[in-house]
Amino acid sequence: MNELTFTEATHQALSKAMAEDPTIFVVGEGIGARGGNFETTAGLYEKYGPLRLCDTPICERGFIGMCTGAAMTGTRPVVDFMFLDFILDGLGELINQTSKIQYMSSGRIRMPIVLRGCIGIGHSAATHHSGSYYPIFTHIPGFRVVLPSNPSDAKGLFTTSLQSDDPVLFLEHRELLNSRGHVPTEDYQIPFGKAAVARNGTDATIVALSIMVNRVLDIAEDLSLEGVSLEVIDPRTVAPLDVDTILNSVKKTGRLLIVDETFMPCGIGSEIAAHITEYGLDELDAPIKRLNGAHIPTPYSPVLEQAVIPNKNSITEAIKNLIAE
Amino acid sequence: MTSTRNKFELYQTLYRTMAMIRAVEERLARSFMAGLIHGACHTYIGEEAIATGVCACLTEDDSIFSTHRGHGHALAKGVPPNKIIAELYGRETGISNGRGGSMHLFAPEIGLMGTSGIVGPCILQATGAGYSSKLMNTGAVGVAFFGDGAVGNGAFHEGLNLAAIFDLPVLFVCENNLYATEVPFSYASRNTNIASRASNYGIPGIQVDGNDVLAVQAASSEAISRARTGEGPTLIEAKTYRTRPHAEGMSPTGVYRSEKELEMWKTKDPIPRFRDVIISDRIMTEKDLDQIDADVRSVVDTADKEASASPWPDKKTVAKYVYKESK
Repeated sequence: MNELTFTEATHQALSKAMAEDPTIFVVGEGIGARGGNFETTAGLYEKYGPLRLCDTPICERGFIGMCTGAAMTGTRPVVDFMFLDFILDGLGELINQTSKIQYMSSGRIRMPIVLRGCIGIGHSAATHHSGSYYPIFTHIPGFRVVLPSNPSDAKGLFTTSLQSDDPVLFLEHRELLNSRGHVPTEDYQIPFGKAAVARNGTDATIVALSIMVNRVLDIAEDLSLEGVSLEVIDPRTVAPLDVDTILNSVKKTGRLLIVDETFMPCGIGSEIAAHITEYGLDELDAPIKRLNGAHIPTPYSPVLEQAVIPNKNSITEAIKNLIAE
Repeated sequence: MTSTRNKFELYQTLYRTMAMIRAVEERLARSFMAGLIHGACHTYIGEEAIATGVCACLTEDDSIFSTHRGHGHALAKGVPPNKIIAELYGRETGISNGRGGSMHLFAPEIGLMGTSGIVGPCILQATGAGYSSKLMNTGAVGVAFFGDGAVGNGAFHEGLNLAAIFDLPVLFVCENNLYATEVPFSYASRNTNIASRASNYGIPGIQVDGNDVLAVQAASSEAISRARTGEGPTLIEAKTYRTRPHAEGMSPTGVYRSEKELEMWKTKDPIPRFRDVIISDRIMTEKDLDQIDADVRSVVDTADKEASASPWPDKKTVAKYVYKESK
């Protein structure tokens, strides 16, 4: 067990996978000799050279389409896209091609491609470097959508992603990249579709996504001093989404709040709420609540930026209101 | 020098493939009218020489990425006609098990990596096939077929640029049939010489008569040799014309092109042209060629009967193949 940053943990997984599988290659802007904007590929270029650490021009649609074709023909590309906002230029490739080719080819072609990079609000990055957009990909059949919240999960989920034959979006909250945590030194995988119960409790279930898991865990600790017992669930992947773990928790607590930094309409919280209403209405002692980031483009000024994200006060208030229902 | 025997075999293969594409497409056009085809059907009639000439230079390890007008590419790459006809009839025995239809024909076992309903992505995917080949050092070539309509699309620019800077073994084959659906290329571009754009990317660009199968075959052969020896991609512009409408059920002429133009291009039909060459070069006789035509018609008749009698897909399997795990 080592204490590593989130980025060091995924680097460990990538480095090992590249050593074992010569078909894995990484593409992106500045991921070669530079080692990646976020040091995601630091030192790998020296080991594996320019074909496996392939710097590209700024043409996201082009290299996503190219990597889709590469995945179709026997190699395993990793697209290191820096910010998820950047690959929206390749959305047509992703939705019309990458996600559908396994189906269209009746399973004879596999799509082992990983698209990894940042999501999330922070650093006054403003609205072209703060997007999360995962509900869009979750809506589309064919994708795996991974949202790790800590370094240990990041390593296990990235290892699984690198061995997946389905297209994976591995989405790393920018404000988590330098967060530290204990990471097992050995090789391990965390399966997709298995939520983590990040904290056990009895009074209410809080489902939190990505960075919000950490924020909610801190608040749960504070509230425990006031005698409030919260169960915190980290789905870890939203496609597939482990609704069973959430439903089982709601059976115990009778109350559910979903905390998600990104937009509320047609979001993951909407999906969870609909599912629990459909299959667990009798278990509920209060209406299901959602707390999301504001449904507006992300502003630049730190004051405005903070105003759009669920924070300690708004989350605490939402939890207290839920308990009081 | 090509020996006489090799020349005979090559010409026979080229002629038979073109005749097969023509016969399948004519059958599909009739089937469309009869209501046997459930979705769109874009025929390749008039353009047979291009797929035939290019694919004659490929092996099963080479990958092709095709278009909405892709039956000819599939046949030239070696997909049996019954598998294509059954797919268009929506049957389980179709090449994509009824999941694709005309615009999503896949046979990865022999390097057909899909026809497509979206213009442009095939250029990028063929570039990716070139990347796989280079990374794994397999010697395989990626080939993109696309129309003049793709040339104004960003995928053309991004794909050619990526293939060029990485020296990838890729052949870009632009089938310039002068119209993107019904929009003239002369309207859609200030520079109607597509091959000339290759110089923007520092790669060779070659213009060929796309209705001359030997010219297409010769240009492709050279470009593919270059690709296989690490000399990078080539853009081939094959000038041609589709003599049927954009899609079956539409009009072959109209505000976008005249009857006169259509009739003029029919005189350049690649199949009679090649027939004349074969006969005048004394490679085969008229009788030999008639025999090939009759064989092909018989194969297509049988294929059509088989396809019509094939079972429908099982509804219970509809969710199969979305993910690997669901297999």
